[in-house]
Amino acid sequence: MATAEEVAKAAERRDVRDRWLLSAPALLVILLAATGPLLIVLVYSFLTPGAYGDVKWQFSPDAWVSVFMERDIFDDTLSLAAAHVTIFWRSIKLAVVTTLATLALGFPTAYFMATRSEKTRDLWLFLITIPFWTNLLIRTFAVLQIIRNEGIINTILLKLGIISAPIQILYTDTAILIGMAYVYLPLMVLPIYASMEKLDFRLVEAGYDLYATRFKVLRKIIFPLVKPGVIAGSILVFIPALGAYVTPVVLGGGKNMMLSNLIELQFGQGRNWPLGSALSITVMVIVMLALLAYVRNAGKSGVRHG
Amino acid sequence: MASNFSIKHQPGFTAIAATCFVVLYLPIIVLVLYAFNAASSTSEWGGFSLRWFQSAYQNTQVIDATLRSFQIGAIAAVLSTIFATMAALATTRTAPYPGLTFKYAAINQPLMVPEIVTGVALLIFFSRIKIFTGYSGLGYLIAAHTAFCIPFAYLPIRARLENMDLTLERAAADLYATPWKTFRRITLPLLWPGILAGLMLAFVISLDDVVITEFVKSGGQDTLPTYMLGQIRRGVTPEINAISTAFLLLSVAIVTLFFFVSRKRD
Repeated sequence: MATAEEVAKAAERRDVRDRWLLSAPALLVILLAATGPLLIVLVYSFLTPGAYGDVKWQFSPDAWVSVFMERDIFDDTLSLAAAHVTIFWRSIKLAVVTTLATLALGFPTAYFMATRSEKTRDLWLFLITIPFWTNLLIRTFAVLQIIRNEGIINTILLKLGIISAPIQILYTDTAILIGMAYVYLPLMVLPIYASMEKLDFRLVEAGYDLYATRFKVLRKIIFPLVKPGVIAGSILVFIPALGAYVTPVVLGGGKNMMLSNLIELQFGQGRNWPLGSALSITVMVIVMLALLAYVRNAGKSGVRHG
Repeated sequence: MASNFSIKHQPGFTAIAATCFVVLYLPIIVLVLYAFNAASSTSEWGGFSLRWFQSAYQNTQVIDATLRSFQIGAIAAVLSTIFATMAALATTRTAPYPGLTFKYAAINQPLMVPEIVTGVALLIFFSRIKIFTGYSGLGYLIAAHTAFCIPFAYLPIRARLENMDLTLERAAADLYATPWKTFRRITLPLLWPGILAGLMLAFVISLDDVVITEFVKSGGQDTLPTYMLGQIRRGVTPEINAISTAFLLLSVAIVTLFFFVSRKRD
């Protein structure tokens, strides 16, 4: 006879097995069409490029060397690949500045939303959610029409006589920056708002009772309490900004490449799939490092965010 | 101290917030306005007209791409929602068991990788399969979309499940309901708002995708966003404004619906 304990154990085992079966389809699809192929990219980065794209199955570390270095075609010496370094630097710089810009704009916006009355808060949330779920390409295109030479900004400035010739914003780094800040702003506002909504304003009141200035309350009470939201927002903006594809194509005009355009080039005209793979892995490593910093930070602050 | 001292006030915050909301909506409003422009260029106003909507409607490429987007979006949304519901049932309302953390990580993994990297990975993987099997239909796009829609569909369903306790299900079991009957008559109706929200979210995410689709699609498999990207690269006509406006309208409708479904408290 099985004891009660054994029966319970068997039931538990059955439960865990059923739970694996239930989650199998989701896990399988993600493994096949999202996670698994990433390993193939890693393998491809160590192969030799084929003449017409794809690869030859022959080991070669060349792709990894040429991520940052280039081989002189005459004397075979290695030197820093200036073009790649420039693109890496531009991508990281633009992603960081975008994150900071959206933080500077998004933090006060989230604060404003969280300090509205219970009823109107939903409306503000709705207003920030609409752009969030609106097609990114359409929003980038909307920015394009505003900052073009014939766009609304230049037209107004010309009519007012402030400038005599249109300012060239489009197809510059500034255009990419404006576009990314515009499309990713809701990604910064939403998590900060989620943290801010739970903020206990009695703590703020206590600060004022103890003669803190407004700035001091902001810096010493509000900011530390919503820090998890700030970090989450920064990560949510930084990751897609670093790998941004649509914004540099539409607003940078293909001249001001970012990492994703460099990667695309290797799979198109460049016909260097291994290099494209190595660059992709590099982007992923940068993202993983950012995520790791996030996890460590979130763990340290010890506050759960929602 | 002044009697109207507000503890919630921070200098300049309201002004910045107001600027943000204006800046978020202004470009979209301008874009929509120019969709109704009678002139052929997007830089001057030539009076009100619906000609660009008409020309978009008569453009077979636009209609093809739209239908393809809907087809992929609908199939991917339904599949990902079903899989996400099953996964959510398997990962909530339980004591931690071996593999639970792995499942969370695996389901959310597509969110952690930049789209460009996933795009490249799928390009390589699917091009191998294409050579191997000779099949080059929409299946690849549907598989890719289903995969990256799962974490989005999973979110609201899991959130809903975590707020449901097991009391009713236990009561049903006590009354000799089979597990399937309990699921169909108790769990599913209670979970339904979460499932609907997940379905809509997945559909919007699939409809919006540019990067992964751009890398996975074979020739002649443009979806509406990749078609638009191609057009914008070549230069702009107000027809793109008209298409964008129609697209926007659809997105806003779905988001509004989503907002009410997911905010409904009972």
